[in-house]
Amino acid sequence: MEVGLFIPCYMDALEPEVGISTLKLLERLGVDVTYPFDQTCCGQPMTNTGCHKEAAATEALFVKNFSRFDYIVMPSGSCTNQVRHHFDAIDQTDDVQHVRKNTYDLVEFLHDILKVETFPWARFPHKVAIHYNCNALRGLRHASMSERRESFFSKPKNLLEKVKGIEFVELERPDECCGFGGTFSVFEEGVSAKMGQDKVMDQQRSGAEYIISADSSCLMHQKGCAQRMGVNLQYAHIAQILNGDLS
Amino acid sequence: MINLQDEAQPKGAKIRGNKPVDQLEAANRFIAASAHQKMHDQRLWDLRKKRDAQMHLIPEWEELRDLASEIKNHTLDFLADYLEEFERNATANGVHVHWAKDAQESNQIISDILKQHDAKTLVKSKSMLGEECCLRQHLEQDGVKVIETDLGERIQQLDHEDPSHVVVPAVHKTRTDVSKVFEKTLNAQKGNNDVHYLAEVQRETTRPYILNADAGMTGGNFLVAETGAVVVCTNEGNADLSANTPPLHIVTVGIEKIIPKMEHLAVFIRLLSRSALGSPITQYTSYFRGPRKDGEMHVVLVDNGRSTRLANKTFKPGLKCIRCGACMNTCPVFRRSGGLSYGSVYAGPIGLILSPGYNTHKYRNLPFASTLNGSCTNVCPVKINLHEQIFAWRETLAKDNELSLSKRVIMKTLGQLFASPRMYRTAIQTGDRALKYLPHFMVYNRLNSWGRQRDIPSTPKETFHSWYAKNYQKKEKRDE
Ligand code: SF4
Repeated sequence: MEVGLFIPCYMDALEPEVGISTLKLLERLGVDVTYPFDQTCCGQPMTNTGCHKEAAATEALFVKNFSRFDYIVMPSGSCTNQVRHHFDAIDQTDDVQHVRKNTYDLVEFLHDILKVETFPWARFPHKVAIHYNCNALRGLRHASMSERRESFFSKPKNLLEKVKGIEFVELERPDECCGFGGTFSVFEEGVSAKMGQDKVMDQQRSGAEYIISADSSCLMHQKGCAQRMGVNLQYAHIAQILNGDLS
Repeated sequence: MINLQDEAQPKGAKIRGNKPVDQLEAANRFIAASAHQKMHDQRLWDLRKKRDAQMHLIPEWEELRDLASEIKNHTLDFLADYLEEFERNATANGVHVHWAKDAQESNQIISDILKQHDAKTLVKSKSMLGEECCLRQHLEQDGVKVIETDLGERIQQLDHEDPSHVVVPAVHKTRTDVSKVFEKTLNAQKGNNDVHYLAEVQRETTRPYILNADAGMTGGNFLVAETGAVVVCTNEGNADLSANTPPLHIVTVGIEKIIPKMEHLAVFIRLLSRSALGSPITQYTSYFRGPRKDGEMHVVLVDNGRSTRLANKTFKPGLKCIRCGACMNTCPVFRRSGGLSYGSVYAGPIGLILSPGYNTHKYRNLPFASTLNGSCTNVCPVKINLHEQIFAWRETLAKDNELSLSKRVIMKTLGQLFASPRMYRTAIQTGDRALKYLPHFMVYNRLNSWGRQRDIPSTPKETFHSWYAKNYQKKEKRDE
């Protein structure tokens, strides 16, 4: 099994340590990982703004970089959702179909494909609240959603439960959007920031020390809000916890 | 924070003819009125929580949603047939049925009916279609006095404001805001903001109109083709009063409100109030099958763009809407922005997909007032794919050249940059010095809007890419 690793553009530039944790974790689990050098972005900023034509070349480049792998894995639910559900700007060749079908977010890959049972190297003796990125939650079904009448399930929580010492706390609004929303956070700055501030207050009330998510983009926004508000909360990507980097 | 009862109510979006409504500007003003904003968020979130509790009491909730969606899909596929069946049956019951292709025609038909009866006063229960057609304004120009009988709608009428929500039209107002309106318009006691007192004032001042009105008007939540009946759901019983007290009852209803049979009604009645307010049932579910004794009943079936939408595969599912408002209650953007910020009849997620259908240019900013989080889609009792349609509207707007210049320019530049690994690398990595500027670049930031209210992410020493190049490519070379 050969896996192509995609590191989202914002992570490449702003949170390389999450990419490093992801790579090391996969290697530690015995996966044959390659990082194709010519990768850039998944095209989400353009597609979400309605500019599908402008996204076509980026999608094509992604497919060129990744079609030769059995699986494409990335530490981002949001970008996975983009590849799987929105790669529509280009001709749907076999390669494109292959890439769409075999792209997995890190959580899904560990949970559904590798079915990892333990992370013996990881310890995290902290109070933790999980943040669900909306695309991961409702697009990829990382977890059950509060809008639907369905039994509780949570893939990120299943994985984190295997980490020693971790303690979970609950938010009042466990799956309300934090207001990041990609370009929404820039174009609709006022509402976005307000949503982020409300999210941070909910997190603070929960008694959490750490907020853990499968998506750094939401965390970047929340952290920015928390810092500006002077709220002392830590934010970390699930890859860092599962790889034991913050133990 | 300023005390809620002392804070002035923020007003809605500024409407400048056909110019695109600036939803964000109005939303920012609503957020600045922090006590109002907080109350608004809390009230609507409470409705969402009550709705969740009701949902958990119904084991077959998801099956009900599927069923409702299928009934609506089926009805829309045979819309003309069911409407004709309705017309036949209603006519046989002694109801006059009229067809209106748009708002203007509908308003004219209603004016004519009123003129024939020499009716000068009309009591009206809440109807979003009436708002959509600007019916009240039209009738008032005709010299007809129109009185809203729904409490929230009456408050909005007296304050010369549109409803801010399809179910709770004055949800953005505090008791003091209402007290001020009543003091000015109904001669209520100054400074008395007791809710019972205020409700009583409204009731006492509206009753004489109801008793003496020449005509009554209601909307319709459902039309039953099989029986030719109109079903209206209210919590205040005001539809019954409006329909039954005057001798003339006019119903104005969108053609998409039809359902085939009585047995289908149960499915929707079970979903409607639970989704809207989290109560098991609406207080009054009234079934009007024909005119009262010695009275007359007219039903005006209004198209107003609906058949155009029916023909559009992408946006057709929007016609399934039963106007419960659940998507507004759950929408995090709506709860922060206030309904009036949208500057359109329908606000929130359903407004985002309906409004540009009425006027693409004027409402071109609305589909961007969403994070595409998808909560609306999953809360909707008739399973409208709201967030997918919001997404689809953005593409339609881009194709129709209705994107703002800044969005167009940024997306074009990004599209080129991301398509070329070399250009992209140069842009973010001309020596690690450029990393300093990265946060600005990464958040597509021209106006520095990221950093106004949030800290900008600190910049790492190197990108993942260059870390990998140093640590792994060397290793690969060594391995060779
Ligand atoms: S779109 Fe769905 S949730 Fe929103 S008002 Fe209509 S029926 Fe209710």
